[in-house]
Amino acid sequence: MKNFKILTVLFITSILATSCSDDNPDIINPEEVITTMTVVLTPESGGDIVTLESRDLDGDGPNAPVITGGTLAAKTTYSGVITLLNETESPAEDITLEVAEEADEHQFFYNATGLNSTFSYAGENDSDGNPVGIKFTLSSGDAASGNITITLKHEPNKSGSNVNTGDITNAGGETDIEATFPISVE
Amino acid sequence: MKLKSVLYILLLITSVSLVKAQNCSYTFSGVIKDFHDKSVIVDATVYIKNQNKYTTTNFDGKFTINNVCAGKIIVEISHIACDKKVLELNVSKNIYKIIDLEHHIEELNEINVKSAVGLKTKTAQETLIKKNTLDKFSAASLGDVIKNISGVSSINTGSTIVKPIINGLHSSRVLTSFNGVRLQDQEWGIEHAPNIDINAAGSISVIKGANALQYGGDAIGGVIVVNPSKIILKDTLFGKTIISQQSNGKLFSASTSLHKSYRKGWFINGQASFKRAGDFEAPKYNLTNTGINSKAFTIHTGFKKFNKGFELFYSNTMNEIGILRASHIGNVSDLIVALKSDVPLVVDDFRYTINNPKQKVTHQLLKTKVYKRLKGIGKLSFQYDYQQNERLEFDIRRGGRSSIAATNLLLKTHSFKGDINFDSNSENTYKFGISGAYQNNFSDPKSGVKRIIPDYNKYNMNAYGITDFRFDKIVLNAGIRYDFEQINAKKFYQKSRWNSLNYQQEFDHLIIDDSSYPSDLLVNPVFNYHNISASLGASYTINNKNTVLVNYGLSNRAPNASELFSDGLHHSAARIEIGDLRIQPETSNRFSTTYKFNNNKFDIVLEGFYNYVTNFIYIEPTGVETTLRGAFPVWSYKQTNAHLFGLDSNVSYNVNTNFSITNKMSLIKGRDLTNKRALIDIPPFKTTTTLFFKKENWKNFYASLESEFNAEQNEYPNNNFMAFIPNTNSYELLDISTPPKAYHLLNFSSGFALNMSKTKINFRFTIDNILNQSYRNYLNRLRLYADDLGRNFQIQIQINY
Repeated sequence: MKNFKILTVLFITSILATSCSDDNPDIINPEEVITTMTVVLTPESGGDIVTLESRDLDGDGPNAPVITGGTLAAKTTYSGVITLLNETESPAEDITLEVAEEADEHQFFYNATGLNSTFSYAGENDSDGNPVGIKFTLSSGDAASGNITITLKHEPNKSGSNVNTGDITNAGGETDIEATFPISVE
Repeated sequence: MKLKSVLYILLLITSVSLVKAQNCSYTFSGVIKDFHDKSVIVDATVYIKNQNKYTTTNFDGKFTINNVCAGKIIVEISHIACDKKVLELNVSKNIYKIIDLEHHIEELNEINVKSAVGLKTKTAQETLIKKNTLDKFSAASLGDVIKNISGVSSINTGSTIVKPIINGLHSSRVLTSFNGVRLQDQEWGIEHAPNIDINAAGSISVIKGANALQYGGDAIGGVIVVNPSKIILKDTLFGKTIISQQSNGKLFSASTSLHKSYRKGWFINGQASFKRAGDFEAPKYNLTNTGINSKAFTIHTGFKKFNKGFELFYSNTMNEIGILRASHIGNVSDLIVALKSDVPLVVDDFRYTINNPKQKVTHQLLKTKVYKRLKGIGKLSFQYDYQQNERLEFDIRRGGRSSIAATNLLLKTHSFKGDINFDSNSENTYKFGISGAYQNNFSDPKSGVKRIIPDYNKYNMNAYGITDFRFDKIVLNAGIRYDFEQINAKKFYQKSRWNSLNYQQEFDHLIIDDSSYPSDLLVNPVFNYHNISASLGASYTINNKNTVLVNYGLSNRAPNASELFSDGLHHSAARIEIGDLRIQPETSNRFSTTYKFNNNKFDIVLEGFYNYVTNFIYIEPTGVETTLRGAFPVWSYKQTNAHLFGLDSNVSYNVNTNFSITNKMSLIKGRDLTNKRALIDIPPFKTTTTLFFKKENWKNFYASLESEFNAEQNEYPNNNFMAFIPNTNSYELLDISTPPKAYHLLNFSSGFALNMSKTKINFRFTIDNILNQSYRNYLNRLRLYADDLGRNFQIQIQINY
């Protein structure tokens, strides 16, 4: 019976030792969430600056992003700059810096549907000489209305065919951002 | 040793003294087997009463008595764990006899030859896998071993994460007991394989359905009972080492064990295993990042006698498992690219290194148990066990966070149980038990990712009673069990999620803090579940060739933490998974029957079952949500009424002493009765035929050729959907439901054994997928991304010493 006693004591002490305290868990602010993508399009020969934005403050939550499209002037070249923010943190964290730091693992892709707009990479390339695409130029083309989709890929295959010219088809990798903006070119 | 020497001397004297009278040159030899499972009985005493000759059986259960005199002999066979058996034989030539010995019922529990219920009642649908079969699977996993049982299959994530499916059900519906401890290792997840090193198992018993109530009341699918090696009560030291090398994945594995025991009852066993593989390969390409790195060990010590004893058991397993790189995707657009590609999107050269995504799981188990036999009453036992499961999942992350586990769960479980077994009357036994458990789940916030499972405390109290009645040809078994479970969780809900699930009215009283966090609520769900389970079984031995078993089982399973609380993006499946606080326990009513026939040529087992489950918990697509990452299908846990039924068969035919043919078949149907459609992940029809050749006097040579046919699953829920792909401005069909085509595999295995004085060496050689067939398995979660394994050669050397 001695064994039983030892066992009982062991059991009770272990329960006491590990019993829960009533502390509330710490909230986790997801560090990698990107809530906001802002695209500032500045006409190279002067004119109105256009700002596109996709903002999803609940991250993977049920609410859809709030999308702000824009109106571009026809046959105009814009220089574009993308800013990514995590607004669940306060102050908001600039995720663009992380992307720039890991330039070889990231690439933006731009795609227009229903528009005649074309894109080309600008700004600094990564260490292998491949584009990253935080900066780009946009030629708006003829008047039309449609969408511009901007995709950020993590760990794409940058050596894939036509990937360095901005063709997403063979890029692989994981999509970190896929945002579509309604655009009219007038 | 003293007794044995005396016996030898006695034997010598008697044999000398008897020589003069008669012809005393005959040999009486044979093998002693367990009446129930035909396993050999080691260390049984064989005593020729009227000639006063003794011997004991060796490790193979064999014995030989020389210089037996002609005429009638009275043989008494005894073993500590068995009822005595007396035989009368006429000696006029050398005799070889296979003798069945009935293990003492009680002792069966003790040495865990096989699940207690299976044996005590002989009514459950149970299959036992013995050590010699397990040895061949030294380099494989628990799931790989038991899927050789007809009616058991597995749901895989690649080839290294293998979860058993019993009669179509898996995860929380299958209970795994390891040396009497219910495994608590986040078993709700499909990507969470049971943390058991197959080399630590002495035998494995698979019980279909929830009829083994002493293990739990919620095992709607079934129970897997993994027992450590038997303890042999004699002064001995022995060990075993198995080394395996495979071509596919360049897998190397080694396992070694050492057993020391004393006749007085003390014993200590130690066992350790190591396994390492790099990227496995499909016939046409490497499966990049599918390596595995496993380490495990167990220590088992104690004192064991018939009337009292105790044991201390510790097990530690560590598995680091790579997840196919190409299965890591970001959103639905990525998924469609992956689905359309014939070749995985990432294929690199072979490497051992395991990169992200990967999981690293460490499971520790400590058990202590004492028992005492109370004269004329039965056996009383108490057990305490502690388990700690640490699950780290590493993802491909941004900003140098890849080295921080994205999932970091620590699950601790303490449990205590007491059982009393009134078995002094073997015609009518009763067993009662109570148990309690406390469990704590902790999600470490340093992951920097929202918790997939919230922090919770769980309390269980259970009680059961089982009784057996034995009549001449009939055994009846009845059991009842009550389970109380309380889950007390603290979970952050995004306010938007809380409202989208319409929790605001129904569950507002659970909110404990709605002001401290800008966009979240802290919620404290406390749910109590009271469940009753029952089982009723009968076995009728028509004659020594025909047996019929009939069973009914009622079981209830409380929802698990995932079904209640899941909340977030599941990357590898590109879907958002949402639990539901409203989920209630599911109830299974399972009817089953078994017919067994055997004579010296045939061995036939036919098992049928019908399982009606009300409030069956399942997950299905319920909508689409858009995030900055893109659009995702939302899969929500729901409840429905479902039924599953099936037929499993196992037929073997001995052509002659060298050749035999075995066929196993399994057919199962599962339907959602409310929505009138098929259930997901139901194993397709499978049939396996094995041609087996053995020749004992060729060094125990054997060779077998196995043909395995897996049909296409034609009945499945169609969860395909049209997804908008913004880059092409078009809708495309995402075919995530259509099962892959049927396939047929050929496997070969062969081996022989060398017996030296104290050492036995087994050599084994196997080829899996001889034809290097490209195939995909419906029940492999990675089938959407890559083919299954190609041809594999394995050599294995086992040394017993």
